[in-house]
Amino acid sequence: MLIELKDVTYTYSVGTVYEVNALEHANLSIEEGQFIGIIGHTGSGKSTLIQHFNGLVQPTSGQVLYEGQDIWGEGYNLRALRSNVGLVFQYPEHQLFEVDILSDVCFGPKNQGLNKAEAEERAREALTHVGIGEELYHKSPFELSGGQKRRVAIAGVLAMNPKVLILDEPTAGLDPKGRDEILDQIKYLHDTRGITILLVSHSMEDVARYAERLIVMNDAKVAFDDTPKAVFAHYKELEIMGLAAPQITYIMHALKRKGLAVDTAATTVEEAKKSILDALADRRKA
Amino acid sequence: MGIIKASKLGFDYFKYNEEGEEPEKFRAIDQVSLDIKAGQFIAVLGHNGSGKSTLAKHMNALLVPTEGTLWVDSVDTSQEEDLWKVRQKAGMVFQNPDNQIIGTVVEEDVGFGPENMGIPTEDIWKRVDKSLEAVGMLAFRDKSPNKLSGGQKQRVAIAGVVAMKPECIVLDEPTAMLDPNGRKEVLKTVRELNEQEGVTVILITHYMEEVIFADKVYVMDKGEMVMEGTPREIFSQVDKLKHYRLDVPQVTLLAHELKNAGVDIPDGILTTDELVDALC
Repeated sequence: MLIELKDVTYTYSVGTVYEVNALEHANLSIEEGQFIGIIGHTGSGKSTLIQHFNGLVQPTSGQVLYEGQDIWGEGYNLRALRSNVGLVFQYPEHQLFEVDILSDVCFGPKNQGLNKAEAEERAREALTHVGIGEELYHKSPFELSGGQKRRVAIAGVLAMNPKVLILDEPTAGLDPKGRDEILDQIKYLHDTRGITILLVSHSMEDVARYAERLIVMNDAKVAFDDTPKAVFAHYKELEIMGLAAPQITYIMHALKRKGLAVDTAATTVEEAKKSILDALADRRKA
Repeated sequence: MGIIKASKLGFDYFKYNEEGEEPEKFRAIDQVSLDIKAGQFIAVLGHNGSGKSTLAKHMNALLVPTEGTLWVDSVDTSQEEDLWKVRQKAGMVFQNPDNQIIGTVVEEDVGFGPENMGIPTEDIWKRVDKSLEAVGMLAFRDKSPNKLSGGQKQRVAIAGVVAMKPECIVLDEPTAMLDPNGRKEVLKTVRELNEQEGVTVILITHYMEEVIFADKVYVMDKGEMVMEGTPREIFSQVDKLKHYRLDVPQVTLLAHELKNAGVDIPDGILTTDELVDALC
């Protein structure tokens, strides 16, 4: 098991009138190579949860294990953990600061103790993986488009060679094509480098399309942890939590109610298309 | 003339370098003409960097055109003496609610605008009440804004604009940072302001589902206005939209794919109900 959360509770402002649990008795196991979506309304505990995975916050009670070791145990190397578990924050392009793109991406590996040549090699590899070409290496980060900046910021984390990449709403504010490009890149990293992905998203459509497992946070607790299809079958409960299912789920349920024998578990356009075509063919036969 | 009219609008950004050489010129919008009628709900789509925000900033004179003219309720925005008149007629709401709230209590934040306009105190409170009611936030009037959710904060920001009694509201990606519920709340609020109070709305967004109720949709690409029409007219052109880095709502895409596979359904389906009616 790569990462395990054992009965983790996190309380803000302990001992004051503002004391509040941001995470309550969370038990989760993350296996190597998974592509996991995390959804939940603002304030549901998503961000607190992901900050536990690389030791940015220490649980008030409970344990966080990385490859079986307690990351808050005595003598544990948290620095090494943070190289293995990369966290890409919301609007990561706000953290770009260097004079050119290549230097910016080199910052992480240099901090890990790599020399200039090694760091540059890592940076080049990372930039290639996010689809940033050599012609941009010596431009200022501020000359790029929103989508490009974000990819450079992701490369900055990638260059540290993490085993796990956690992304907090990586597509917020991007145009539809930019959203698809970033998510396709992430999927590519997952498929080719075998990186474990945890994707926090407000888009049900995106997690339905890319994630193999979906964790739903609500009121500081893990409300669901299952395949996207199984989770979206609970769409009425998700609505109560301030969430929803992908638009396709609603279409399929509406069609079924009107008597077309479609598969209500379809969550993507491709699945829906196939199911509707099959159902229409059956109707014609009958 | 409509409430907002642009004629061959052009705007250049300049990039200055440290050596003090001739600044580089970058054309952000070019030859944009539009005419928005009072009371309409208008949506503007376009990829990142297409010029949407630059256009929006012209509508309340945060930017003034390099060439061409933009009128807000017949006032030319490039006339500096009319600046405050323009800003009062066209209010703006931005993407990040945290950057727009300045009061420590919700009602104070909403009262900030009218107070700056020199409205008598008694009237300010009347306006605050009415604005908070219009966005459904009256119950939170004495709360601290930082205890609110993203959608609630954004509604307070909208109330702050409404309290200035503008003729139109320009919203620049107001839902980009919100969760699904927050998005729903904000969109509902904006539609109600448009339908019940008759405020002209100009909504800039990257979410295609948010514009299906609009009276008219404009699409921008590389600073130019490249498409203009009803949502149905615009979303019937799936391939053209994809070319402009945009998309269509999932239901429209599904209908388009089914049609391509030989199913007999009309173009430009916008809602689940329409698709269900076409198929069942």
